[in-house]
Amino acid sequence: MDTSEIISILSVAIATSTPLVFATIGETITEGAGVINLSAEGTILLSAMVGFAVAKTTEGLGAFPSLLLGFGFAALTGAAIASIVAFGALTLRQSQVAIGFVLTLLCGDLSSFLGNPFVRIPGPTVPSFKIPILQDIPVIGPLFFQSDLLVYLSFLLIILTWIFFYRTRPGLILRAIGEQPAAAFVRGTNVVFLRYFYTLLGGALVGIGGAAFSLDFKAGWSHRHTAGYGWIALAIVIFGGWNPLRVALSCYLFGILQSLASVAQSTIPNVPTQVFTVAPFVLMILFLLLTSSTGLERLLKFLPPRVGWVLSQTIRSSPPAALGRIFQQD
Amino acid sequence: MSKSHYYQVGSLILALVFIAVVILLVGGSPLNVLTSIGSGAFGTADQFARVIATLAPLLLCASGLLFTFTAGLYNLGIEGQILLGAIASLIPIRLFQEVLPAPLVIVTAIVAGALGGMLWGLLAGCLKVYGRIDEIFAGVGLNFVADGLALYLIFGPWKKPGVASMSGTEQFSETIWLPTFGDTEASPVALAIALAILLITIIVMRGTYFGLRLKAVGHNLRASYVLGIPSLRQLLSAFAICGTCGGIAGSLQVLAVFHRLIPGISSNLGFLSLLIALLAGSNAWVLLPIAFFFSTLNIGSLQLPLSLDLESSLAGVIQGTLVLFVLLGRGFKEVKS
Repeated sequence: MDTSEIISILSVAIATSTPLVFATIGETITEGAGVINLSAEGTILLSAMVGFAVAKTTEGLGAFPSLLLGFGFAALTGAAIASIVAFGALTLRQSQVAIGFVLTLLCGDLSSFLGNPFVRIPGPTVPSFKIPILQDIPVIGPLFFQSDLLVYLSFLLIILTWIFFYRTRPGLILRAIGEQPAAAFVRGTNVVFLRYFYTLLGGALVGIGGAAFSLDFKAGWSHRHTAGYGWIALAIVIFGGWNPLRVALSCYLFGILQSLASVAQSTIPNVPTQVFTVAPFVLMILFLLLTSSTGLERLLKFLPPRVGWVLSQTIRSSPPAALGRIFQQD
Repeated sequence: MSKSHYYQVGSLILALVFIAVVILLVGGSPLNVLTSIGSGAFGTADQFARVIATLAPLLLCASGLLFTFTAGLYNLGIEGQILLGAIASLIPIRLFQEVLPAPLVIVTAIVAGALGGMLWGLLAGCLKVYGRIDEIFAGVGLNFVADGLALYLIFGPWKKPGVASMSGTEQFSETIWLPTFGDTEASPVALAIALAILLITIIVMRGTYFGLRLKAVGHNLRASYVLGIPSLRQLLSAFAICGTCGGIAGSLQVLAVFHRLIPGISSNLGFLSLLIALLAGSNAWVLLPIAFFFSTLNIGSLQLPLSLDLESSLAGVIQGTLVLFVLLGRGFKEVKS
């Protein structure tokens, strides 16, 4: 394998991870504010269908407006589903996990039932757009700047979300309501309102991730077209330790794993690719075992203290302290 | 009628309205759908037998899930536990089908299935209790691992002579199939096992210290630990029991319905059982009518593509909508009171 081959594998891996980047960043924002939206699997399925259906029916308006409408309605779908989770969890104080799980099944079946007329028909897709000048930079150009607008937007989203989380005051408040909602409330933050807001925002991004499948990387829709990706997105958020940058890198790692899997399949033809899709889950479980139990400390004792400290700072991750907990103002 | 009933009835009516709107959206008629599902489930003896055949695994899984729910656990790993039961029960079948008498093979297959499911459930439990990994993500992760394992076996060591395919492994000898009512898919043995386990579940939940301790752990893990209840053991037992039930369900799917290992042998019945258990709340008695109703919807809706040109996934839409609105209705009731 020479350099150009490696670059082409990597660039494909980066581009095809884009839907997952949108979905996982959305879920990171939601979970960062302390709410688990477990419905990602159903949200992606339904918004992929809605996005494609809207773009297809408005095709007459021209490629750009129809795509914009498709993504817009996909985002609305995601936000609408998230609003049910938020209403059930924040206003009615029911188990957010239960409601998210029911919505996963319900939205998955809704996508199949309502989307029947749109199965396997050609429709509009996001056109490729290479950024002039930047695309000619060796290595970096082919890796990042030779795909389409959606991919570039995902780069922007990652950077902006990271800056928002760790370098702005509203971002600090977002993390505060996820970690110490009571303290944030005492300091005058409207915890419930902000949790609603970030749950809807995160849901909208997950919805855009769904449309990114049907309007870009899978170019079309059919029953259960994106099955599994929602669960993978939820796993990646944990794997990325609720940090937008690490979450995005985990998406790319997953994309690279998938590309390697298809390479491996051509060398070991008897094993179906589905076996390789197991890899991220096994990795997630092992990684969680390492970070959330005392395993990490024990391992690090074998290393020089300074190296051990740096490693533990980079690997260690813990969920937002109030994740999934009901916040009672009174 | 007390005020709390208004919320429950109101949420059911809203659910029905939502379902009707969804059907109208695709140009269907809710009334036609209702009759079509009814005739699809009860029209012929064969169809009704299929309702019974689906009822057995639903009852088994929902019974098991009642234990994990009572302990405050969301065992989303039930799908993988079904699958591991199916895989494990195929091991003795492959080893002994030529050697041992058929009834003995069947019994060892069911026991192996129960063990396989139990181990997979315990694995999720250990990850939760000792690895501090949330059981939801451990469970979902293990579901995918189980899927991968099944595919590996079907395409690898257990592949059909000739060519491996998604249609699964080779069917085993007819002597090991569970007996069925006439020529249908429904097996009296499977149904009897499911009903027996449901009955045991009701008794354990209502009349034993184990059930009481499980409730205590579910209500407040810390408090019950401090009060001397072996809480972690209690959690692990809930996982083991649920896994066992799922494993038996998987085993029965192999022995009575498919007679081989196929990819996705759980056919989402585990997740559907989670909905049933959510709807039942802590009330084990209502598992039977709800499971029967859901099974009716599943089988009846298979008729929809033929008679009304509608997708059969409507069954899932109806089930999901009902559970969602009932959950929200419960929330309203609690907030208002």
